[in-house]
Amino acid sequence: MIEVENVHFRYPNGVEALKGVSLVIKNGEFVAIMGQNGAGKTTLVKHFNGLLKPSEGVVRVNGVETTKTSVAALSRNAGFVFQNPDHQLFSETVEEEISFALKNFGFEAETIEKRITWALNLLGLAQYRKTSPFLLSGGERKRVALASVLAWNPETLILDEPTIGQDYQQKEKLRQFIVQMQTQGKTVVIVTHDVEFVAECNPRVLLMKEGAVVADGEGREILTDPEVLVQSSIVLPQIAQIFLKLAPLGLPKNVIDVYEAKEIVLKALEKRRK
Amino acid sequence: MSVFDGLKFRRVYSPIHNLDPRIKFVYVCAVFVVAIIFSEILPLIALFLMPIPFVLLAGVQKEWLRSLRGAAFLAGFIFIVNIASNFFTSGYVLTAGAVETSAAMTLRFVVLVESFSVFFLTTSPDHLGLALEQTRVPYEFAFAFTTAVRFVPVLAEEAQTIMDAQKARGLELEKGGFLKRIRNYVPVLIPLIVSAIRRSLELAEAMESRAWGATKKRTNLYALKLHRGDFALLAITIGVLVVAIYVRLYVPVPAISQFL
Amino acid sequence: MAVIETKNLTYTYPGGTKPSINSVSIKVEKGEFVLITGPSGCGKTTLCRCFNGLIPHFYQGELKGEITVADMDTATHETHAMAKSVGLVFQNPENQLFALSIEKDVAFGLENLGMPREEMRERVDWALKLTDIYDLRERSPHEVSGGQQQRVAIAAVLAMQPEIIVLDEPTSFLDPLSAEKIFEVIHELNKKLGITVVLVEHRLDLTAKYADHIIIMDEGKVCFDGNPREILSTEETRLIGVGIPKATLLYHILQKEGVKLGDVTPLSSEELAKLLQEAFETK
Repeated sequence: MIEVENVHFRYPNGVEALKGVSLVIKNGEFVAIMGQNGAGKTTLVKHFNGLLKPSEGVVRVNGVETTKTSVAALSRNAGFVFQNPDHQLFSETVEEEISFALKNFGFEAETIEKRITWALNLLGLAQYRKTSPFLLSGGERKRVALASVLAWNPETLILDEPTIGQDYQQKEKLRQFIVQMQTQGKTVVIVTHDVEFVAECNPRVLLMKEGAVVADGEGREILTDPEVLVQSSIVLPQIAQIFLKLAPLGLPKNVIDVYEAKEIVLKALEKRRK
Repeated sequence: MSVFDGLKFRRVYSPIHNLDPRIKFVYVCAVFVVAIIFSEILPLIALFLMPIPFVLLAGVQKEWLRSLRGAAFLAGFIFIVNIASNFFTSGYVLTAGAVETSAAMTLRFVVLVESFSVFFLTTSPDHLGLALEQTRVPYEFAFAFTTAVRFVPVLAEEAQTIMDAQKARGLELEKGGFLKRIRNYVPVLIPLIVSAIRRSLELAEAMESRAWGATKKRTNLYALKLHRGDFALLAITIGVLVVAIYVRLYVPVPAISQFL
Repeated sequence: MAVIETKNLTYTYPGGTKPSINSVSIKVEKGEFVLITGPSGCGKTTLCRCFNGLIPHFYQGELKGEITVADMDTATHETHAMAKSVGLVFQNPENQLFALSIEKDVAFGLENLGMPREEMRERVDWALKLTDIYDLRERSPHEVSGGQQQRVAIAAVLAMQPEIIVLDEPTSFLDPLSAEKIFEVIHELNKKLGITVVLVEHRLDLTAKYADHIIIMDEGKVCFDGNPREILSTEETRLIGVGIPKATLLYHILQKEGVKLGDVTPLSSEELAKLLQEAFETK
């Protein structure tokens, strides 16, 4: 469980990136933090594993204040995957890359071996075990970075802009992966401004603007509210745009899923016919 | 928005900032020469005071004082070494004259530091790059200079991100003995180097795509023109040089210790 | 009149084992807005690099087949010669701006061409105004947002007054609203100035509505080439893993269920909403 209480954060240059954020993320939740670039999304999630400590207020992870422990200890619980895989890959083989964190956390050789195999299989990278990560494609490198964090099996998974530069298929795989993590009871936090991706996953959405949380609720409610979205520079997902225009005909507004949209349209047409 | 904001330059406008960097550079060189030809303390005090009006006009007092403070340690060191060598070579006596000469030597160093710092504090990198371009320095050098200024803060920010990414994977940079600590930086340095290479390739690609090397006779959007202020500074520079040389040749400079 | 024409274009990077693009034959007409899409690694970026001669001049490697861009054979014309006719905008805005002020960056290409100062000033101001960043001209690139940086990159190629502008995933680092602004700027350049636009993008939901012509690539080959409404209505495009716009997808699903919404495949939410409104009103 992650508890954030009235957190303010100021960078050394005086810029206040968080201005009194309070929220609770329960175990097993799937949360998407959305908002414009510079809204404070990444600054906020960096508090979840202690990379940043609040200037004011308190962040507690599983009851422990982040100021009273180390990044390494917090990272055991909260695995943070950065946006750009090239900012972390450095080993000669994929296998070594994945073992890096496991060694840092002091796992035993036997466990490390098992965990590597498990993580590689989970992300479909088994064939690249002995390959240099630098020879892989962008999408594969992103998966290696993910595997290297997943390997120590953290309770919470934080993904910073996981869909940037990814094509439709890769996004679909990522979505399935998140669903799988969810069924295993993991907490998943993504930072993103990819509305269509969020619309497909329908998580809890936290909308940020200028260092504050301006909306917090179900994806289908927030992503279909044009007034709230426009102030955070987010565009409505396409399905929501369509239903916003159809609202005068008596159709519901809070629809973001294509198949749900189909059912609603079919039913409404049926009704008219009668 | 990061710890490294200090590296990013800000464009400032003041009568001193607007001066032509070439003339400013000539002025700094002149002060240099004068500081070298005098070893007496009085002219050096005069030289020491000379940049103050410039600093005030440019409004960079804070930064200027900081750079002086940075030089203080070295200045103290120079003073002590001078005094000590004088003390040992002159039969273990400390004279007022020796203290004065040592102070002069120290002051000479301070003058060099302060005038250089005024130059860099009041010359924006793009101005300097432009000056390089227009003083027949090969364009490649000028370009390399401005690109470095442009990308140093970007790389610094990237280094911070990489450190964060590795810390999130359990890397503890401060752990272990001296050698272990150096080794701790390998996971930070490799991604930094790889990404710098990748970045430079992308830059090269973008440059090629914008007609880099199309003609030897490159033109420039900006022109450096000499304004009234520049001529005034040039006049001051020449004045200082003439006076200094005249004094050196024909006027004996008294030492303070003589009056004691 | 075709401004870009390739015949059996095949290219292998130095040290590559298989070609990154394989017998690509396409034709882009003057004034068209072309969208190139396909899964990651399908050869889109490689094809872009052929359009201004970065391939083969900068990348070396082995280029086979024919390619003519703006009446020039890229194999014999160096990239800097192509630059006046073809402007390339890259994915990462940060790595294509190198000057310390925005206007200086926009002038970079013109300086390289040795253009006289007065003319250069005019061109730079013109390009800055068209991309709506004139007020930012004296700022440094790091002082502005990613979306604004990308507009600087567009202004920088625009200043050279090219016939063709090629953009390689220009908005992947941007938030949706900044991305939309970029697409609107490009669309305007295409419509008002008649500049041919080649846009490489994954996000069809934001871009399909602007396109006159779509090319879908997979594994180095062109698999679809033609009118976006026709091509995005085929089942196979979904199988290759092209993320077709949600509005188009919903239209197909409804058609399959027997809902008649007309024969013109919608590419945007506005278009589908209109079709649905009509369907509701007639029944």
